[in-house]
Amino acid sequence: MKYLIVAATLLLLTGCGEPMVHNQGVYMLIDTSGTYTEELGKAQQVINYTLAKMRPGDTFVVASINSGSFSEKNIKAKVTFDDRPSVANKQKRVFQQAIQRFVDEARPAAYTDITGGLLQAVEFLNEKQPGRKVILIFSDLKEEIPEGYNRDLPLTLDGFSLVALNVTKLRSDNIDPNEYLWRLQEWQRRVEESGGSWQVVNDLEHLEQILP
Amino acid sequence: MTELLESLPLWLWFVLALSALFVARKPVHQGIFALARFFHQSLRLGARAVANSGQRLQKRNREVLLAAGREAAERHVEREFDRIEATMKKELAQYPVLHRKLCEQLTAIDEDYVRSAEVPPEPTNWAKAIKAVAEIPAKSDPVVGDVLETIHHSMRKAESKALEAYRESARERHQLLKRMMPSWRSMLSTLGQVNKSVDSVIRRAKAIDGHMARYEEIQQGSDRALRMLSSSSLSQFFISAFVLAIAVGGALINFHLIARPMMEMVGGTSYIGNFKVADISALVIILVEITLGLFLMECLRITRLFPVIGALSDKLRTRMLWAAFGLLFFLACVEAGLAFMREILMQEDLAVSAQLRGAEVETVSGGIYWITTAAQMGMGFILPFALTFVAIPLENFIASARTVIGLLAVFFLRALSVLLRLGGIAALRSGSLLVHLYDIVIFLPLWLESLYLNRRASSAAAASAEEA
Repeated sequence: MKYLIVAATLLLLTGCGEPMVHNQGVYMLIDTSGTYTEELGKAQQVINYTLAKMRPGDTFVVASINSGSFSEKNIKAKVTFDDRPSVANKQKRVFQQAIQRFVDEARPAAYTDITGGLLQAVEFLNEKQPGRKVILIFSDLKEEIPEGYNRDLPLTLDGFSLVALNVTKLRSDNIDPNEYLWRLQEWQRRVEESGGSWQVVNDLEHLEQILP
Repeated sequence: MTELLESLPLWLWFVLALSALFVARKPVHQGIFALARFFHQSLRLGARAVANSGQRLQKRNREVLLAAGREAAERHVEREFDRIEATMKKELAQYPVLHRKLCEQLTAIDEDYVRSAEVPPEPTNWAKAIKAVAEIPAKSDPVVGDVLETIHHSMRKAESKALEAYRESARERHQLLKRMMPSWRSMLSTLGQVNKSVDSVIRRAKAIDGHMARYEEIQQGSDRALRMLSSSSLSQFFISAFVLAIAVGGALINFHLIARPMMEMVGGTSYIGNFKVADISALVIILVEITLGLFLMECLRITRLFPVIGALSDKLRTRMLWAAFGLLFFLACVEAGLAFMREILMQEDLAVSAQLRGAEVETVSGGIYWITTAAQMGMGFILPFALTFVAIPLENFIASARTVIGLLAVFFLRALSVLLRLGGIAALRSGSLLVHLYDIVIFLPLWLESLYLNRRASSAAAASAEEA
């Protein structure tokens, strides 16, 4: 009887501990600069896959990367799924329609402010405080910042998982592949030094690597 | 230390060590023997204590087994008496009617019998006179002949009338006898019913005899009864464990039926520890159903897990029975509803995932989906009632587990006792072995000592011989 009381107390104490957060927040940055807008169809495929993987309580945001991405205006669609699965399903349908509108209306941007987008994503997800923070970057990772914009800021990516998707090769990469490799390495270094984890997924047939 | 070791040559150290070991031989031997004896006795004591515990446990197991067997036999006898009581109540309640019916039938038969008795027809009064006339000797006289002829004719006529009357009365008798037939058959049938009831009572009495014989055997605590109860417990344990495993499977299916729609009710984002609140809620519903099932079985007096319920008055017990049944029925309806909702949610999930894949969204109304929906609803409704019967194997499992655990504990204690005993013997033998090993190490001084002792003994013998 004594052991039973001790076990029950331990169980109670374990249950009353720090609540475990099980939801996840996914922030997807979509590059809309130059010819990369042609890849938006593939981005939609990734968004649909991610939507299918979302569970009640999860947060999903899709934002564009353009000349100045550190802005709420860049957020094209955002949702925190309801507790009830049936409502979450309806939210998924609405979200998909919003993305369809974004894809239809997207115009190529002159510059590619990836860092600004990342800062916005970090700020948003830190505010939401999900259990798992994932930033998907659908871009060729070639950053071009307009003159006068300061993006030389330290990123704080502790607890963030960054996944670069569909990192296409540019014409210059074809001339010198080192440029492509250097670009990837540079982003990896930057992310890992900031405390985040880095992954590149170019094969969109294997999207299960993004979200388990 | 190294300096001390190096201060003398190695062989000298060896000789010194050997000498020291030789000098310390006796106390070392005593020490080794004392240590071995200490371990031997300690382990033997331990073995004895464990064996005693085993015996006590075995005795306790025996008592528990006999008590359980006694209780089971009492329950059987009680149930047989209940059945006899029910039979007697049923049959004896009708006995006055039966008796009256039999009496009426017997009276009717008796009356018919009396009426059917054969009465010989009385001879007519003038027959004697005719006989006297017929014996008149003047037979040759034609007048007398005519008179006699006329008399004969009259006699024949009277005879035929009498015969006719006799036949009429015989027919009436036959008809009376014929009327008795249904009464006989009715009596036969009534007596057949009585015979059936008596047979049933005799059969029950024989069963009670068997139970009583077993009860007496258990009461005497005979080894045969103990063996029978023990083997019965073991088989009950395995059978009930098997049925419980099946019930666990049923509970799991039930859980999957209601876990998904429970997320709609309690939300899919709340967690307790690592478990979703929706899953815990579904599990709690199933456990509540099982508990209600236990109460239901208890109120029906099929199981006896809660003596408090068994001791309640019949009125209160019946109320509790209906309350448990009502709640169970309500939960079964809830489960059926949840199962229906599950199917709808599944279809919706499929539609959303199809839309996300860009595939054509099919309309799911009608078609063959009603079969799965109906099956799920049926299972959702029936499984709570099916789980009610878990109470029976659960009771058997708990009752037989006590015996099985007791048997295993006795086996373990016996094995431990044997191991401790073996350890004690090994400790004692190890002492002797160590002493011999010690002597092997110092064999040289020992050999020299034996040489010296032999020489001294022989010289002493020679001296005593010279003196003699």
